[in-house]
Amino acid sequence: MDIFLVEAIVNGLLLGGVLALLALGLNLIFGVIDVVWIAYAELVMCGMYAIYWLHTYYGVPLPAAAVIAVLFVALLGVLVHKLIIAPILGSAPINQLLATGGLLFFLQSFATLLFGADFRNVGLRLPIIEVGEIFVSFARLLAFGVALVGMVGLWLFLKRTYIGIAIRAIAQDREVMILMGVDPQRVYLVTSAIGGGLAGLAAALLVLQYDVHPSIGLSFGPITFMICVLGGLGSMIGGFVAAFIMSQIIAIGGFYTSIELSYVLAFLLFIVMIFVRPQGIFGGRS
Amino acid sequence: MLEIAGLEAGYGGFRALHGVALTVRAGEAVAVVGPNGAGKTTLMRVISGLLAPVAGRLAFEGADLAAVPPHRIVERGIAHVPENRRLFPRLSVEENLRMGAFAPASRPHFTERLEWVYSLFPRMRERRAQLAGTMSGGEQQMCAIGRALMSKPKLLLMDEPSAGLAPVIVDQVFDLVRRIRQEGFTVLIVEQNVRQVLELVDRAYVLEVGTIRRSGSAAALQADPAIREAYLGI
Ligand SMILES: Nc1ncnc2c1ncn2[C@@H]1O[C@H](COP(=O)(O)OP(=O)(O)O)[C@@H](O)[C@H]1O
Ligand SMILES: [Mg+2]
Repeated sequence: MDIFLVEAIVNGLLLGGVLALLALGLNLIFGVIDVVWIAYAELVMCGMYAIYWLHTYYGVPLPAAAVIAVLFVALLGVLVHKLIIAPILGSAPINQLLATGGLLFFLQSFATLLFGADFRNVGLRLPIIEVGEIFVSFARLLAFGVALVGMVGLWLFLKRTYIGIAIRAIAQDREVMILMGVDPQRVYLVTSAIGGGLAGLAAALLVLQYDVHPSIGLSFGPITFMICVLGGLGSMIGGFVAAFIMSQIIAIGGFYTSIELSYVLAFLLFIVMIFVRPQGIFGGRS
Repeated sequence: MLEIAGLEAGYGGFRALHGVALTVRAGEAVAVVGPNGAGKTTLMRVISGLLAPVAGRLAFEGADLAAVPPHRIVERGIAHVPENRRLFPRLSVEENLRMGAFAPASRPHFTERLEWVYSLFPRMRERRAQLAGTMSGGEQQMCAIGRALMSKPKLLLMDEPSAGLAPVIVDQVFDLVRRIRQEGFTVLIVEQNVRQVLELVDRAYVLEVGTIRRSGSAAALQADPAIREAYLGI
């Protein structure tokens, strides 16, 4: 097989890890609270700027800045729920889309105001590793590994802890959850914090590979939504698998054509899916 | 233990309960019987905080229940086995039982209570890893009762535990309820299966269109000609 094709597939796999992390966060929030955070990728942007700012202006070492970013974006997640979602929880889904869509533009403009439209990076050059004849960037490898560890950690949390099991259960019967002694508002807040934290973790991984700018969210937001829909909105396993399918379409498509065309193909596939199987590959919901 | 007086409750403008009065003393088993739509489920939902009453007094161990947030009711010692079981279908049996011990005071006792519930219902131990929604109706009812027992409640509310089950299974469910009685639990049970429930409770209330029509000892109600005709089919 063509060695460059293998390299493309490996890179696609590595990209899939971070995309799976993002899809997991979005699916978790949708599955529990039944809202789609349109501005999810903009929370990633906030995390990337936070790391850039802490590292460049205050000399905070990158690992520490990453931890702070995770906590910071987790807090942003809580604020998004408290200030935007909770007040309109019972209203029509379109209102929730509009409100979080508004947040998207707000965060973009706010980032432009604070940092300007320039592309910025943390100025770290991680090595390229040669495995056999394949070249892989260490930043991508690191991102993939950390994303996997993060997902396993989340899985253990959802399997082992009381609040984690409640998070998995609440959408199955919200009223009975109250009989168990669970305050649904608390479950929603914890879920929002985790969703934010995952976006923060993704930010820490992406800032090693990409420049941050106010519309960086557009590079990851749409593809994350497509992955969630492809896997079945709210289905965490589905999102995980779909992330790797989608990243391979982009990687392999990019190898044979161009990256731009491969994105076009991916979005085309998404539209066809909506017609053919709107509930997604694994989705039970319609 | 539980004292209810002048209770009014409903949905929107619709009144489902009119001036309901009811008491349950510690150690008793009390039934609420009545036809479909009488308001039995509504009464249970008010007691466990899922539905706010419009008026009336609701006291548990002397404390006003209306002031307690719904998710804190279980901490006070009231557990509710809801109508239609309402398990979390895509959680395992053991995870369902775990949710029954969610209250902070129950968590340290999780392992010992799980053992206790498994010894009461050995079938649940066999099914511990199975998804609750894939079990038979009778098994799901066992799991729902087990889930409520995980909080070691002072008062156990049961809403039609025998509904929708095959006759053989209904007998088994009543046997379970009898066993729970023997364990010393105070029980308030709603049933349409009047004949069988009167066999196992101390007292009962007859609820019709939102109003308590009759009440008394199980024996007195079993002997009451009106009850015999309307509910016992004699
Ligand atoms: N969620 C609801 N919204 C409106 N009306 C309801 C609701 N639940 C029950 N009702 C009405 O309240 C009355 C009592 O219902 P319920 O308490 O379920 O009776 P039971 O359990 O005795 O069969 C019925 O007339 C029913 O139609
Ligand atoms: Mg009922």
